[in-house]
Amino acid sequence: MMNINKEDLFGKIDPKIREKIANKTIGIAGAGGLGSNVAVSLARCGIDKLVIADFDKVEYPNLNRQYYFLDQVGMYKVDALYETIKRINPFIKIEKYKTELNSLNVKDIFSKVDILVEALDKAEVKQMLIENWTEHFPEKPIIIASGVYGFGDFEKLRIKVVDKIYICGDQVTEIKNDFSPLSPKIGIVSNMQSDLVVKILVNEE
Amino acid sequence: MEKITVNGHLIDWEKNLTVRMVLKKMNYVFKMLVIKVNGTLVKKEDYDTFIIPKNAEVKVIHLISGG
Repeated sequence: MMNINKEDLFGKIDPKIREKIANKTIGIAGAGGLGSNVAVSLARCGIDKLVIADFDKVEYPNLNRQYYFLDQVGMYKVDALYETIKRINPFIKIEKYKTELNSLNVKDIFSKVDILVEALDKAEVKQMLIENWTEHFPEKPIIIASGVYGFGDFEKLRIKVVDKIYICGDQVTEIKNDFSPLSPKIGIVSNMQSDLVVKILVNEE
Repeated sequence: MEKITVNGHLIDWEKNLTVRMVLKKMNYVFKMLVIKVNGTLVKKEDYDTFIIPKNAEVKVIHLISGG
């Protein structure tokens, strides 16, 4: 490993921003198209710690939009992501869970995170996660994605806020409505989520 | 006539108005929702029993698969 320090990586980021995000822990529920991209961009921002939960392994079709590589096919996504992120930012701490999220474990897995990013695939699991999070941690932000497929219509992407629930996406496009999962739009929505993480942390008291 | 707001739309309130009834009135066909009434989460198992008070502010978030 090259002899580097945090200043080498993050020296160009405003110290006021660095200070605000330095000691924070962000939860990421799901490490697919949204979660893998959120994790990488937050690692590049200098977030202190990530808690990532996903029980899937990397498969070939994931490579059309998820932050994985051919030689990682067959690995658990959280292990592959750990390996990739450490190649970008060796200072970040990562807690991995190869667990399917359910109404019994959400509270424990994410109990120490400051903000939770919802990066799941199925709407019913999104609902379970949001209901559980909001029930147990009503004062902590959760950033969810709803409507991330297809291409074009970027002007329809928006952020809606309901109390501590932030919703990113077009709130329309779903895979079963003939909208394909495509890297550009998922990349944009995942980075809307990461950007909101930074914005919420920087604006905090 | 007493009212409630649902995602910014004013609709008529009635006695014993449940979350399920409001969803029907609004023609919300999405199956997966997150609902807050006056800032309080109403879980899906309570849609038929949670009674909405007059002048309530109801927020409905539509959840779409994909990630």
